[in-house]
Amino acid sequence: MSQVMLTIDGIQVAAEPGTSVLEAAKKAGIKIPTLCYLEEINAIGACRICLVEVQGARTLQTSCVTPVADGMVVRTNTPAVRRARKLNLELIMSNHPRECLTCPRNTNCELQRLASELGLDEIRFAGDTPPYEPDRSSPSLVRDPRKCILCRRCVSVCEKVQQVSAIAPQERGFKTIVAPAFLEPLGDVACVNCGQCALVCPTAAIHEKDQTAEVWAALADPGKHVVVQTAPAVRVSIGEMFGLAPGSVVTGQLVAALRRLGFAKIFDTDFTADLTIMEEGSELIKRLREGGKLPLITSCSPGWIKFIEHFYPELLPHLSTCKSPQQMFGALAKTYYAEKAGISPDDIFVVSIMPCTAKKFEAGREEMNGSGRRDVDVVLTTRELGKMLKEAGIDFSALPEEAYDDPLGISTGAGVLFGSTGGVMEAALRTAYELVTGDTPPSLDFNEARGLEGIKEASVDLKGTTLNVAVAHGLANAREILERVKNGHPYHFIEVMCCPGGCIGGGGQPIPTNNEIRAKRTAGIYSADRAMQLRKSHENPAVQALYQEFLGEPLSHKSHELLHTRYVPRSRY
Amino acid sequence: MSNSCSCHAQLTPDHLAEVDRILESYRGQPGSLIQVLHKAQNVIGYLPREVQVKVAEKLDVPLTRVYGVVSFYSLFTTKPKGRHKIHVCAGTACYVRGANQLLNKLEEDLQVKPGDTTEDGKFSVDVVRCLGACGLGPVVTVDDDVYGRVHTGKLADILSKYDKE
Ligand code: SF4
Ligand code: SF4
Ligand code: SF4
Ligand code: FES
Repeated sequence: MSQVMLTIDGIQVAAEPGTSVLEAAKKAGIKIPTLCYLEEINAIGACRICLVEVQGARTLQTSCVTPVADGMVVRTNTPAVRRARKLNLELIMSNHPRECLTCPRNTNCELQRLASELGLDEIRFAGDTPPYEPDRSSPSLVRDPRKCILCRRCVSVCEKVQQVSAIAPQERGFKTIVAPAFLEPLGDVACVNCGQCALVCPTAAIHEKDQTAEVWAALADPGKHVVVQTAPAVRVSIGEMFGLAPGSVVTGQLVAALRRLGFAKIFDTDFTADLTIMEEGSELIKRLREGGKLPLITSCSPGWIKFIEHFYPELLPHLSTCKSPQQMFGALAKTYYAEKAGISPDDIFVVSIMPCTAKKFEAGREEMNGSGRRDVDVVLTTRELGKMLKEAGIDFSALPEEAYDDPLGISTGAGVLFGSTGGVMEAALRTAYELVTGDTPPSLDFNEARGLEGIKEASVDLKGTTLNVAVAHGLANAREILERVKNGHPYHFIEVMCCPGGCIGGGGQPIPTNNEIRAKRTAGIYSADRAMQLRKSHENPAVQALYQEFLGEPLSHKSHELLHTRYVPRSRY
Repeated sequence: MSNSCSCHAQLTPDHLAEVDRILESYRGQPGSLIQVLHKAQNVIGYLPREVQVKVAEKLDVPLTRVYGVVSFYSLFTTKPKGRHKIHVCAGTACYVRGANQLLNKLEEDLQVKPGDTTEDGKFSVDVVRCLGACGLGPVVTVDDDVYGRVHTGKLADILSKYDKE
């Protein structure tokens, strides 16, 4: 179809028919302020901040839902427009608890920023704040309905991107609230703790459960040996909290920063990612050879695990029994490492730095006590770590690069790939190819698994053995794959990550996280892989030593005790 | 089975069977949500959680959306109505003559807010918009009985008439 020509602020703009005035303006470099709008996910015209003047229209129009038309003349910056936007913001603010100084989103809040950008200079109306208390029932997230502006971004993400629909607008009028059905506590319903809602919330109405105080307390306790693990995706995003470009690979500075905070050992989840490949790769080969349940589906993403437990419990036998790398780490830190270092496991305190809010839930799962006690003590998100570093006055970008500690800090490029969608698949294929064929693969890069496309499929030739594989990220895509599995599609191996883009887009990552930023963090992951000396998990010398000294071999009795787990069917309602 | 019966305070297996029959013909039709809720409420008199879950399951809509609709429209209720239904008129005339004090008094005496039912299931209290008896305001009805010029002192007397059963 031919393009539509319109004029925005005197500039001729060409746009595809069907696009909104807001999008057309953006393409032309004209910025219209927005609040409820979220690119590709939420355009509902609710907040009326994006108002513009359209010649011939009697009233101001919400540009996020007004389609372009040929010959349209739009003005985005007239006195009437500015006045109306400001008034609407004033109304939104009138019943908002303005607790900015003590708010988790202070200095990173869209409402706050908008107030400054629109030049809000007074709030003349005093409305009552919504009559609801914060909901702290979830191990991952806190809902604070008092700060909710009812933009519904979270609702759209939860319903469309994740297809979980754990929250929606309930009640009406002054009592309207975004909440689970029957206003039940979030911790009691089929929410998967992915935190995608928190990632898109413009305010502090949904945010991660802050556990930094527990970590400060452990660090200050002389009786505790506090070790930390960092997930692959954190090294390509934590820099953003200190003004660095998205996707900057800051592995060395991250290690240095953690050492300055006072952790006794700085270890890497990449190590147990390599270990996961050994265990899961062996599980795949075993199932292929012995006619086990196929396809085998990956199990490192705790939001995904809870999703399948709630919505497809009949498919649980397809899941790999491998624990996630974070939990393998916890179990080994309090057994293998404790033994090696001569420290009582009761004195070891394990902290995880994760891009993920669901990891908080995972660490608290009853069965995650392979070492005979809680394997992981506290999980912090990337955002919480950023907060601690700021409190400690650490000037992140000025830090020298330092190296991880032995032995749980040794890893390969395959391990870091776990941070991105397709990464577990690519890492697994690098190793599986060698284990099955005895040869090195023609190329280490497995491009079919890469990129932000929702579902990626390929058939891989392992010299005569064909492996049908698929990769999905975002739970709507995961659901689609599961439907294909139910319909008998002959897959052998499937990777699923709960969050769009994989862990680099996790619910605990710096805000904002959007597709542009996801792509940059993904590029960071691949450059971190290329920079590694070793790029195949089975070549990790520390993993090899672990098997020799402690576990025996993949899928050994001890491996099963420490590194594998079971799942529980859950209800949807 | 009666079509507009709203006198049952209890959810019975018969009710559930009837709801199941209704749902069968709407299976997988998310667009019929409001219609189906309406029919179910006509059978049982209210929409308990259990029934909303059934509706969500059969129509294939998220429970959050079902409850969203139920809690949005005032014609739906999630609580069984009491054996006696008290309506307090809050039309302008009744309002200025003290309907609000009556509601407060009811809340105090019966521990029940408008839209709710007492613990023992005896009374439910609702607010209505203008009963058309403005000259008598404030007006309160209990079941089919109409009381005019009610004041807080008179409430206990009125309610005691319904104490028998
Ligand atoms: S959500 Fe934003 S505007 Fe509201 S109190 Fe927090 S920082 Fe301030
Ligand atoms: S954490 Fe995920 S599943 Fe739970 S409400 Fe938020 S978006 Fe929905
Ligand atoms: S919780 Fe946040 S994202 Fe959801 S509607 Fe409220 S303000 Fe918007
Ligand atoms: S951004 Fe357009 S109405 Fe909210």
